[in-house]
Amino acid sequence: MTTEIPLAPGAARRRRTRSATSLTRSSGLGLGIALTWFSLLVLIPLALVVIQSADDGWGTFRDTLTNSQTAAALRLTVEQALIVTVVNVVFGTLIAWVLVRDSFRGQRLLEVIIDIPFALPTIVAGLVLLSLYGPDSPIGINVANTERSVFLALLFVTLPFVVRTVEPVLLELDPEVEEAAASLGASRFTTLRRILLPALAPAITAGAALSFARGISEYGSLVLLSGNLPNKTEVASVRILTYIENGNEAAAASVAVLLLGVALIAIILLQVLTKVVSKRG
Amino acid sequence: MGIEIRGINKFFGDFVALENINLSIPSGQLTALLGPSGGGKSTLLRIIAGLESSDSGTVEIEGVDTTNVPAQKRNVGFVFQHYAAFKHMTVAKNIAFGLEIRKRPKDEVKDRVQELLKLVHLEQWSDRLPSQLSGGQRQRMALARALAIEPNVLLLDEPFGALDAKVRKELRDWLRRLHDEMHVTTVFVTHDQEEALEVSDSLVVINEGRIEQIGSPDDLYDRPASDFVLSFLGPVTRLGDHLIRPHDIEISRYEQAATATGRITRWTRVGFEIRLEVTPDDKLHPDPVHVVVTRAEATALGLHEGDQVWLRPQAGVEPVRA
Repeated sequence: MTTEIPLAPGAARRRRTRSATSLTRSSGLGLGIALTWFSLLVLIPLALVVIQSADDGWGTFRDTLTNSQTAAALRLTVEQALIVTVVNVVFGTLIAWVLVRDSFRGQRLLEVIIDIPFALPTIVAGLVLLSLYGPDSPIGINVANTERSVFLALLFVTLPFVVRTVEPVLLELDPEVEEAAASLGASRFTTLRRILLPALAPAITAGAALSFARGISEYGSLVLLSGNLPNKTEVASVRILTYIENGNEAAAASVAVLLLGVALIAIILLQVLTKVVSKRG
Repeated sequence: MGIEIRGINKFFGDFVALENINLSIPSGQLTALLGPSGGGKSTLLRIIAGLESSDSGTVEIEGVDTTNVPAQKRNVGFVFQHYAAFKHMTVAKNIAFGLEIRKRPKDEVKDRVQELLKLVHLEQWSDRLPSQLSGGQRQRMALARALAIEPNVLLLDEPFGALDAKVRKELRDWLRRLHDEMHVTTVFVTHDQEEALEVSDSLVVINEGRIEQIGSPDDLYDRPASDFVLSFLGPVTRLGDHLIRPHDIEISRYEQAATATGRITRWTRVGFEIRLEVTPDDKLHPDPVHVVVTRAEATALGLHEGDQVWLRPQAGVEPVRA
């Protein structure tokens, strides 16, 4: 692990008289702690997973991912996480808008309730969903053992992410900016498209990234309702557990690495999208 | 023509923000709405712009009844105290916004933006983001943005309120000169009487939701219709039974026909002027009288702290009975 920080040439020249790097003692210490912490908690475990997946050679890696049951699980996971993320982007932004811009009875209560899916132990969420949408559903909706159960469970646990990332940014947005747009002749829709969305885009993408990441990694809330039927409702995290239970840790790690890759690509794509939307305003 | 306001009432719950406002603002003039904070002047400006709706009454802009026309269609330029910049857009994009919405041809938009950038002295800053500008520059950008749509009226809500004193003064002069060139009907809200007196052609003093007085700066300053207008437009002191401006008092070390006499008990020098407090000998009016003289006058009159002095209104000044 290298701790060298690239310096802007100007900064280096200006500070050379005092020390060889641009860091003061306290900020150097801070950076050291941050990097150590980050390494211990994130980088080393992730590196281990990658190494483990290649333990028995790249053969295992390839075999695991071409296994039809695994491939189906991965496809289902990514697909449902994507759909849920899109739904969250729309409805999360809408909910955040209502919470910030409108005032109504029960607003404070709703503020608290929004966080419950996030705060609840996932297996409890799973239990709640099972009793509501399972075979004994009191409202007559039974989605147990179908793809829709995965969708519902993901929707439930990822609800707060976009709401919570968009809310503070929306609070900071000056209503006068919208009034300025209106007085210049912009319709509500134009103001939304050219003024509000570009301002909210970074927050929405951050929420979307969290929502998607949570979606592809979800286990507890969907494991009861989905029934984990191979090739039908089995998701990637369940697949990983099965591999581990069967003692095939390299295969489990292979699936994990792929999920890691998917998450990374998603985050990068969302970052690019933010740039595009913010620029277009 | 210009702006005709008739019978405007506005309530926020039980609070009366504006009460039966009738006002006619002539075309091409620079009019100031002056008054203390919370007096209703900003609300009136926002009603003219269509950003707020009145509970009753009508607004006419250049002969067209706009009472029920939404803000988007009023063709009104509005400048906010805190700039309301579109933060993710460059300066040029901000200015172009209103024109792009009107789907003007690209070349025309580009030319017009260049013209406006020049007008507000921001040519070199066209590709910067608002966050890279100073407060004064941001407000000039906001002004250019409002002017871009060639508005029927230009409305400014405390436009210099967030700027520091020096920049505020510069922008004030600049706004006056700009207005003399463009002749667009302009209404600006301020609580700073000096700003209003210096910049505007006519003043509307608003307090507690009502118009106190309408007139030219000279009218209001010299012939205030009420104690409120008198005291709001500048410092006031009490001389005998009357209210008078401290610099309208004639002060002398020699006995003369006087409204009050007493000793100079306080002497404060602020730049070129000297602020005196004279404590009257009259036990009926024991409150100190404030008098302002220039340093040159004080020297010529040979005034010193502790001197016995005689006070009376200067010739031609009509004090207001308290």
